[in-house]
Amino acid sequence: MAAAQDGDRAAYERLLRDCLPFLRAIAGRYHRAADRREDVVQDVLLTLHRVRHTYDPARPFTHWLATLARRRSIDALRRRGRVEKIEVFDELSYETFADPAANKEMSARDEAPGLRSAIASLPHGQREALELLKLRELSLAEAAQLTGKSVSALKVNVHRAIKALRAQLKGEE
Amino acid sequence: MPSSTEQLIARLAASAEPVKRLRPPLVRAAFWLIGVAAVGAVVIPFWGDFGLFAKKLDDPKFVVELIGTLLTGIAAVIAAFELSLPDRSPAWAWLPMPPLALWLAASGYNCWRDWIELGDTGWRFGESAACFGTIIGFSIPMGAALLFFLARAKPLSPAPVATMGGLGVAGLAAFFLEFNHPIDASFLDLGWHAAAVGLVVAGTSFFGRWRADPGLAGAEKPPEL
Repeated sequence: MAAAQDGDRAAYERLLRDCLPFLRAIAGRYHRAADRREDVVQDVLLTLHRVRHTYDPARPFTHWLATLARRRSIDALRRRGRVEKIEVFDELSYETFADPAANKEMSARDEAPGLRSAIASLPHGQREALELLKLRELSLAEAAQLTGKSVSALKVNVHRAIKALRAQLKGEE
Repeated sequence: MPSSTEQLIARLAASAEPVKRLRPPLVRAAFWLIGVAAVGAVVIPFWGDFGLFAKKLDDPKFVVELIGTLLTGIAAVIAAFELSLPDRSPAWAWLPMPPLALWLAASGYNCWRDWIELGDTGWRFGESAACFGTIIGFSIPMGAALLFFLARAKPLSPAPVATMGGLGVAGLAAFFLEFNHPIDASFLDLGWHAAAVGLVVAGTSFFGRWRADPGLAGAEKPPEL
């Protein structure tokens, strides 16, 4: 460290590398998460660099370094406590996207179970017409052929189904 | 090793210019105290009232109070310099406590004696307000010089360092005040002294906390690489 104070860069780099396990051990006592511990270690390295003129070569280096590491670890804990006190965890914030179309898609997915049960509650004829014409997107002629019903009957069933769904979903809101 | 730590070490090493080591804290404290004594030696002959001072010296309680203020000032300044370094014991903060107790006991006793002797007139008001101004007036330039010296150590926890420095400066200001202090301490006078000392300590302590807050003072800024 004394050589580093005198400007020996190679000695300084070697010293900082040699200190890492020691610093990680101290930071690890206060911070369990590996990424947070590494942040603290980097903070200690920056602090060491900033106050390296305060080290007295006549005194033990490890004591000086351990005090720096402990203080910065505690400061990081305090900082974390402050941040957590201010920040609010909002579950919805994770489900809100910058793109409005994406939000629509997400909310459509959320509403799907309700829609599914609403469709299930429709009379058989209406449900069948809706599934074939709107969900499977068959043409009226194809649907008529498949069900043996007339085109106009299918049209009426789809119209009634949509009306019933609308009334049911609106009533739920 | 995470690559960002690796990069950081390389950058720090590349920017490691030679640094001037700080002198031992006792030596630095001695320099500052000698500076203050030198300024005091110039100012006091013009400002002090030596006739009055010599008369008051006959009173042993006054001498005790005088020694108390001086020792509190010196001890607190030494403690501030010690605490400004990362590896010094926090127990240094106790160093000025015995002389502080002596100072408070002596001035408290003087007040009490005054009150017994003078009765209600012990509760005087008037010149004691000037003491408040004197303590503040001495403290501001001394405090600024001391904080400048202490800041060289870039203390990790500036608040206790500044608080200790404030106590030292207030003690020395109270010591200088005794050279031109026409009244003996009354309760009100002691109140003014306590308010002035408290204000100086609180002011420097607040300054220390302000320095400690990275958002306000930029104390946490990484070094220029």
